[in-house]
Amino acid sequence: MIEIKGLTKQFNKKTVVDDVSVSIQPGTITSFIGPNGAGKSTLLSMVSRLLDADTGEVLLDKNNVKKWKSTEFAKRVSILRQANFLNVRLTVRELVSFGRYPYSKGRLTAEDNKFVEQAMEYMNLMDMQDQFLDELSGGQKQRAFIAMVIAQDTDYILLDEPLNNLDMKHSVQIMKILRKLVNELGRTVVIVLHDINFASVYSDNIVALKDGKLVKNGPTNEIINPEALREIYDMDIPVQEQNGCRICVYFNSQTP
Amino acid sequence: MRNRTKIIFLFILAVISILLYGFYDIKGGFDYAFPRRMIRVAAMIITGVAISYATVVFQTITQNRILTPSVMGIGSMYEVVQTVIYFFAGSMSIWIINKYLNFGVALVAMVIFALLLYRFLFRADKYPIFLLLLIGMIIGTLLGSLVSFMQVLIDPVEYLGLQSLLFASFSKVKAELLYIAMGIVLLSLIYGSFIMKKLDVMSLGRENAINLGINYDRLVMNILILSSVLIATSTALVGSITFFGLIVANLSYQFFSTYRHSILIIGASLFSITALVGGQFIVEHILELRTTISVIINFVGGIYFIYLLLRESRSTA
Repeated sequence: MIEIKGLTKQFNKKTVVDDVSVSIQPGTITSFIGPNGAGKSTLLSMVSRLLDADTGEVLLDKNNVKKWKSTEFAKRVSILRQANFLNVRLTVRELVSFGRYPYSKGRLTAEDNKFVEQAMEYMNLMDMQDQFLDELSGGQKQRAFIAMVIAQDTDYILLDEPLNNLDMKHSVQIMKILRKLVNELGRTVVIVLHDINFASVYSDNIVALKDGKLVKNGPTNEIINPEALREIYDMDIPVQEQNGCRICVYFNSQTP
Repeated sequence: MRNRTKIIFLFILAVISILLYGFYDIKGGFDYAFPRRMIRVAAMIITGVAISYATVVFQTITQNRILTPSVMGIGSMYEVVQTVIYFFAGSMSIWIINKYLNFGVALVAMVIFALLLYRFLFRADKYPIFLLLLIGMIIGTLLGSLVSFMQVLIDPVEYLGLQSLLFASFSKVKAELLYIAMGIVLLSLIYGSFIMKKLDVMSLGRENAINLGINYDRLVMNILILSSVLIATSTALVGSITFFGLIVANLSYQFFSTYRHSILIIGASLFSITALVGGQFIVEHILELRTTISVIINFVGGIYFIYLLLRESRSTA
């Protein structure tokens, strides 16, 4: 289990994450939501040791993340950030194979190749495995990066706005795959989302941040309601039920 | 062509240029001329490998293909150290007379300079490459002015001594440093064989590298030290050649489209050896020593550098 205890981070004396404590339930999808600049990405970066916290700690299985050996940690937790610009020219297969680095140290075994192929199959990348990444569309590229993280075969998968710049079809596709990873393979997914409807429909738990502080934390159905949403976004958001899914209707052309 | 074939091709090219340089037009005693030529060839091989290796790894950790340790002024630090020693201690001091001590001091200063440079320029949020380049140029000019200011104040006789120390070239190799340089390059290559695969992962960028379990900050530190030691070695041996690393590294990236550092570094090294030995052959036998190879390299390299800048600005626009 991942436990976040009293994390605080300041940039230039501005507090970006302010004393946040949350536990991530294993075997679920947890979404981090909140307005721009709420500290969601910063929080995720600290959980995945990309960033050092000023105070507080992150525990993975009761041990401080900083105490973990970096290779062992990489076999348990993987992180994918939103900006994925590469300086090198790689094929899809080469990129996905990098996901096996914590295990193989660059020399792929037959077992590693099996994981790589499974991951590509999962993300529907088999027929473009020998294409170069810079020849692919934004959505295909994003899928290739997610496939790398899947090949890494970690219990925890942390994703920072993986739906950025994706159209509806590909966004839904990726969320369905994440759901499958949780339901079929028992993984735990933590994801930063901008669109609350994706959070509402696909996640089990929601962690809501605002101005660096934790404002709501709980099962999705306790948070997707007008009262809670008002507290998070300072906006009146009607919630409607559609085929058992709660949809937030935040578009309104009548009121200015 | 597969990468293996390409490497064999480059290897043959390097061997041909070495043979040509070694055996062409030997007048007088073979026993006299041949060993002297081979000392130069050895210096060129060491320098070529050192510069290629240092540049490729530096560019991997700084995530760019234009800035090199020399362009950022790490090479000119050598001149600064030597001038400062002459200025304050004089030519008769132990710091000059003991070649190894002298080399050691220069080495330490260059490593510290490289670490500071990295700490302030490359650590924080990514600066645009043109800003870094400007800063590099300014640092280079500053160090250059500092050096010439001190040189003006030095006693003229002392200055001659300093000049001979700074104006090393392939025609006047510092043979007494050859063995220590050989040792340093060899040790670096042994260390390199352990980190080749890690370097491959590093080329995915900081965040992906940490995600895949690389101890990023420590590795960056090690590589910076490695790359400044290699640049220091080559500068002490044959003087600084600013644009050389840039050319060979980029030729290697273009020629082998791969992310594998083992191939990139071997490729760049073979390019270096061919260019240096072949270039020295042309300088000695065709241009009859009317110019030096460093001048030619900086001329060709400067043009190539401008080409790369233009291409970069077009791709970011």
